[in-house]
Amino acid sequence: MAEPFLSIQQVRKSFGATTVVQDFNLDVEPGEFVSFLGPSGCGKTTVLRMVAGFEEPSAGKIVVAGKDITRLKPNQRNVGMVFQAYALFPNLTVAQNIGFGLKVAGMPKADADRRVAEMLDLIKLPQMGDRYPYQLSGGQQQRIALARAIAPKPKLLLLDEPLSALDAKVRVSLREEIRSIQKKLGITTVFVTHDQEEALSISDRIAVMYGGKAEQVGTPFEIYNRPATKFVANFVGTLNVLEGIVTDAALGKVRVNSQEVSLQGKLNGSKSGDTLSLALRPEAISLGRHPGRDSSLLGEITEVHFLGSVIRVRVGIGGSTVSLDTFNSPASPPPAVGEKAEISFSSGDMLVLH
Amino acid sequence: MKQGSRFWAWLVFGVGTTYFVLPLLATFEFSLRKRRGEYSFDAYRSVFGDPNFQATFTYSVVVAVFTILLGVLLVVPTAYWIRLRLPHLRPVVEFITLLPLVIPAIVIVFGYIRMFGSNSTLPFLATARGTDALLVIGYAVLALPYMYRAVDTGLRTIDVRTLTEAAQILGAGWTTIIARIILPNVLIAVLSGAFLSFAIVIGEFTMASLLNRPAFGPYLQNIGANSAYEPSALALISFAITWGCMSLIQILSRFAPRSANRPN
Repeated sequence: MAEPFLSIQQVRKSFGATTVVQDFNLDVEPGEFVSFLGPSGCGKTTVLRMVAGFEEPSAGKIVVAGKDITRLKPNQRNVGMVFQAYALFPNLTVAQNIGFGLKVAGMPKADADRRVAEMLDLIKLPQMGDRYPYQLSGGQQQRIALARAIAPKPKLLLLDEPLSALDAKVRVSLREEIRSIQKKLGITTVFVTHDQEEALSISDRIAVMYGGKAEQVGTPFEIYNRPATKFVANFVGTLNVLEGIVTDAALGKVRVNSQEVSLQGKLNGSKSGDTLSLALRPEAISLGRHPGRDSSLLGEITEVHFLGSVIRVRVGIGGSTVSLDTFNSPASPPPAVGEKAEISFSSGDMLVLH
Repeated sequence: MKQGSRFWAWLVFGVGTTYFVLPLLATFEFSLRKRRGEYSFDAYRSVFGDPNFQATFTYSVVVAVFTILLGVLLVVPTAYWIRLRLPHLRPVVEFITLLPLVIPAIVIVFGYIRMFGSNSTLPFLATARGTDALLVIGYAVLALPYMYRAVDTGLRTIDVRTLTEAAQILGAGWTTIIARIILPNVLIAVLSGAFLSFAIVIGEFTMASLLNRPAFGPYLQNIGANSAYEPSALALISFAITWGCMSLIQILSRFAPRSANRPN
């Protein structure tokens, strides 16, 4: 296995008696795009700030390209960072903002000007060099902030919720742009977000954080389809959770609302009589029986929401409600509230949450 | 109803303006009466022609410039650091900067004379240059409430922490951050504080007189005690200088760097 480019080892951060990050470990490969995903207060920004040097870890170490940078000042780390609030210098023009790091590093003016022009082309704003930040839209300002961060060719790029302050449309286009620039430059990047769609769509790997710890680190596919903990399963995507009681541990039989489903090989040491939390993604459930789906449950339709191309149906199964989406078909009317319904799914898609 | 409220508004405005302008007009009118039986600018001519006027005014301008420099060097990094790292100390620092408004200048200057006399470990008063330096320090203290408030208000309009971090991560040290990012963004606030300091220093009497320095304040007092018309002319000249400073603040504020978040 290749040497990790960024290695965060057993990092802990406490403010007084409060520990906000505990025993955080993560290795990031060269050129990888890793996202820290989690709710507010989970410690994701604190970890990023420790990598940047704005916070000093209470314990543990941070290594970049084989060099321990734990105690280095931010201006000695050669790390680029983009902030949520843009943080462009209001008194400098766009070109001066982008060239700031180059000037500080003592780059000759001609080379710096060339690099600034290169950066403006990269972010597709070649005519904006003479403008001031207040003359730009939020999306343009954030692109300038990105150009400023990468102009001095940092070893590592840190993105602290860079899209949060932007409107939805700009957010989507800018995140694609960030990803394409990151791939083009091959720069190792850490991205902090609380938006799961953002994290799933642009990351090579995601670290889902909760309570100062990494609950799970994996590819977006793994995080979504094989969540390691109840928190990850609930936080990433929509999830239907059902309570089940193991009736025959050896055969993998579980009773859900007096109906039996088979989860052979998924019970992981549970004993007969144990209560389990079982989860199903909405897209893994179909209304009615379908070939290839080996399990089914009976219930009653409690809600129907027409959303255009999709119809969201909620089915009551005992005390629980299962939500599923079906495509709208003009030829067949949507199901009605109060109808008896059978939902089917593949037992392989059912997640047992621990 | 609307007509009535407009009448009262104009009445209050008229009374206020009269209260403010009438003494000025009276002083101006009196300053023109030096020549018997006719109005003339003789008092002004006499003031501008007085070598003591030029010497004391120049001295006070030089002292004011040094006071401003000292104030900026002292206040900008302090206010910046308080906002960045020690926000919990802000009330304490605000209280300290207000003290010169509470403690009379005469108390401060007597304190200085006792503390920095020729027998002390820091004998500022042993030489004329040392006394000038002490005067500058004293004026910087007197101007502290205005300078600190102006700079602190300026810092409030920018995101000090994020801008500092953005500059730091780009490799900048503290001097670069303060000189190239923070100071230019609070320049108008600093200039406001500077002009207020200038106005205070130009007319200050107590410190300059008790430290026996040839400043404009004691000169004004001396002329006032010995002449009739020149003090009125000098009062108007001082007033014009102060107003000029205030107008400069207004003009320069038009050139303030506009914040990304507050475009206007």
